[in-house]
Amino acid sequence: MDRIPILKLGDFLLVTVQVDMHDRLAMNLQEDLTDKIVSAHARGVLIDISALDMVDSFIGRMLGNIASMSRILDAETVVVGMRPAVAITLVELGLSLPGVRTALNVERGMEMLRATISVYAAEYSEYHGDPF
Amino acid sequence: MADQERILPELLSKHQTQILESWSAEQLRNRRPGKAGISEEDLRGQCRDFLNALQEASQDDPSDDLQSPIWERARDILTDISREQSKHGASPSDIATFVFSLKQILFQLLQTEIGKRPEVFAREIWTTTLILDRLGLFTTQVALKIREEVIARQQSEMLELSTPVVKLWDGVLALPLIGTLDSERTQVVMESLLEEIVRTGAGIAIIDITGVPTVDTLVAQHLLKTVAAARLMGAECIISGIRPQIAATIVHLGVDLGDVSTKATLADAFAIALRRNNLVVTRTTPAARRQSAE
Repeated sequence: MDRIPILKLGDFLLVTVQVDMHDRLAMNLQEDLTDKIVSAHARGVLIDISALDMVDSFIGRMLGNIASMSRILDAETVVVGMRPAVAITLVELGLSLPGVRTALNVERGMEMLRATISVYAAEYSEYHGDPF
Repeated sequence: MADQERILPELLSKHQTQILESWSAEQLRNRRPGKAGISEEDLRGQCRDFLNALQEASQDDPSDDLQSPIWERARDILTDISREQSKHGASPSDIATFVFSLKQILFQLLQTEIGKRPEVFAREIWTTTLILDRLGLFTTQVALKIREEVIARQQSEMLELSTPVVKLWDGVLALPLIGTLDSERTQVVMESLLEEIVRTGAGIAIIDITGVPTVDTLVAQHLLKTVAAARLMGAECIISGIRPQIAATIVHLGVDLGDVSTKATLADAFAIALRRNNLVVTRTTPAARRQSAE
C-alpha cells in the first residue's frame, strides 16, 4: 500500500495511520492531504497515529509541515493518539512539534476542532455577518 | 618441586581440632562487646567449614591461585560467611580479620612443627601468608559487593517510590516531585506520567516541584521535556510549587520556560485546572446543605 486513506467527516478530514510510516508514504500523505483539504473545503484535519510504534525525525518534521500547510489552507490540524514511547522519543529528538495541536484520542481531537472552528465562525460572523 | 613437602595441608588435618578450638576462641574474644553478633555455635560451624575447605584446597592445589576451580568451595564458603556476618552488622575489616586471625595460630603451629628448619619454615610462612592474605582480600571484595547490591536495590526502590502520579480529580493528575531530577529519573517520571495520562485520559497534569531542592538549567530542561512530551499526548501541564528562590534562580540562569503555565502553589494550580474543566468550588452553609438534601 502506498497511499493512506483520507476520510471526510463533515467539515473535517480524518487520517488514520495504520501501517508503519515510511518516508515515501509520508510524502504521499502530505500531497494527498493538501489536495483533499482544498477539494473538500475542510476546516480541520485529524491525524490519528495511535497505531504508530515508532516515529523518526523525518516523520516528526512531516507532521509539523502538514500542520503548517493546512493552516495556510485555513484548516486546523490535530495529531491524536500519540503513544507515550513515541512522545518521549520525539522530545528526546528535540522535536516537540510546536505548531501542532495534540489530543489524547480522536474524540477529544474532534471536540477540540469543533470548539476552535465555532470560535472562528463566531468571530467571522461578528465582523462580516453570518456566512451561512 | 616434588621435594618440597606441603606442610600446611598436613598441619591443617593433623591439628584440626586444636586450630578450630583456638581460632574460634580468638574470634569470640575479639568480638566487640554489646554487639549482637552471630551465635557461638554458628561461628564455630563457620570456622569448621572454612578450615575443611582450606585444607582440601591447599592439599590439591599447590599454586595458591584462588581463581582456580579447586578453590571454588573455599570461595563459596567464604562468600556465605561474609554474607552472614555482614548481615549481623560486621564491617568489611571485621570479616577480613576473621581470616587474618588464623595467621597467628597457624604460624605458632608451624613454628613448633618445623621451627628447627629455618628454610622450610620461612617458605611455609610465606605460602601461608599469601593464601590467607588473598582469602582476606576476597572477603573484603565480597563485602563490598554486598554493599553495592544493597545500594543498587535501594536506588531502584527510591526511583519507584519517588515518582507517584496521583489523580486529583477526573481529568486532573498531579506529579509531586521530590529530590533532584537527573536524566534517569526524568525518564521514569516522564514514562509514568504519560502512562497515567493514557490510562485516565487526563487533560491536565500538575507537576509540583515543592520537593525539588534546586533547579538548574539541566533540571529545567528535564522539566520542559516532560511538559513537551505530555503536550504531545494532548495533555496540558502546569508547573506548581515554585519557591521564591527557585523563581530567582530560573530568571538568573536565563531559563526560558516558554508558554508553560506556572503557579506558586499546588492549590493555585488545582484551581486553574478545575476552572479549565468548567468546575467551580463553592462554600456552603449547613442550612443550605440541609435544604439541598431535602
